[in-house]
Amino acid sequence: MSLDPIVLFFILGLAAGLMRSELRLPGAIYEFLSVILLLAIGLKGGVELAQQSLGTLLPQMVAVVLMGFLLPVVAYPVLRMLGRLKRADAASIAAHYGSVSVGTYAVAVAWLASREISFEAYMPLLLVLLEMPAILIGIMLARGVSADTNWKQLGHEVFLGKSIVLLLGGLLIGWAAGPEALEPVGGLFFDLFHGVLALFLLEMGLVAASQVGSLRRHGIFLLAFGIAFPLFAAVVGGVLGLQIGLSIGGTMLLATLAASASYIAVPAAMRLAVPEANPTLSLTASLGVTFPFNILVGIPLYQKLAVLLHGSGG
Amino acid sequence: MHADPRKLVTIITEAAIERRLLEDLKRLGAHGYTVSDARGEGTRGIRSAGWEGSSNIRIEVVCDEATAEAMGRHLKAHYYAHYAMIMYFSDVGVLRPEKF
Repeated sequence: MSLDPIVLFFILGLAAGLMRSELRLPGAIYEFLSVILLLAIGLKGGVELAQQSLGTLLPQMVAVVLMGFLLPVVAYPVLRMLGRLKRADAASIAAHYGSVSVGTYAVAVAWLASREISFEAYMPLLLVLLEMPAILIGIMLARGVSADTNWKQLGHEVFLGKSIVLLLGGLLIGWAAGPEALEPVGGLFFDLFHGVLALFLLEMGLVAASQVGSLRRHGIFLLAFGIAFPLFAAVVGGVLGLQIGLSIGGTMLLATLAASASYIAVPAAMRLAVPEANPTLSLTASLGVTFPFNILVGIPLYQKLAVLLHGSGG
Repeated sequence: MHADPRKLVTIITEAAIERRLLEDLKRLGAHGYTVSDARGEGTRGIRSAGWEGSSNIRIEVVCDEATAEAMGRHLKAHYYAHYAMIMYFSDVGVLRPEKF
């Protein structure tokens, strides 16, 4: 198995963090890299979106949103009963795992691109859709449907969060401008994509390493859940991808999205809506376990899963 | 040089709650505020500001004593239990008292 350079950058960050190197990227650099990644993903999707009919897209969108509602509902009882977690903690972690990680998606896209495997280029639309349902379910699981949740403020947080604004904004710009008009900015967003992603993963490796300490404290259950649940979710995503008629690449991406856990949008929303949930637990699982697992092991596995599903499904 | 006495309220907390907190402070009578990025370590672990999830902010408000007290009570009641937050007060002198 040959390792992608971007994965090696992640391993470098991870190793540097674990060995307590002084390596540290300024917060502003991380912000800048993530802005470029989010816009690039949005723009690419938007260009493709212009060529799709709503008739084919709409059923897929509905199906994917349903999956976004379903995954946290499945995760919650597991966390409550097997993990014996408090209600708020279980709900918060469930929301993290129902939502998605753009970083993981970007690595999966790069993985497919380096092997010249094609996929439905409008996948970023489904990515955007998957960010939100889990947040709503997470809040409901924690609170019940109660009047004291400030839905207006929360709506603001969910729909105007950084990743949604940049992804949706990119989609709209790509859709409105078209491929030729985007050429002048393509140097930054498309040509540099892999380099930006490599630097981003270097930082993510450092961040993941910083979670290892709390993993030691919070034990074996989070480790098991952080690997087992993504594997289950990947099968759900893969089967759904097959059902809604995605190609092998698209099926693999949907499986990856299902398997990934949010570490930007959901933590921010949960901090506001469910403050009593301990953010260390959810971030340890999503960043310390699931993110590295998906980057290092999961993505090639989900590709095999997609091939298998398409083979058996005709 | 005569300087009028005021209180400097310094709050160090999670960046995640910045907007909500600033709305509260304005409602409680802050005429202005300064926000800067911060990092450090405390009972909630290392807040290294490497990415959004671990970033801290420092909010500074200069105000009269009554406002400072109101802020202290409000933050203690609504934020202390669940958020990484410390708050402290200092005596400062200002040259344009009407601003605070």
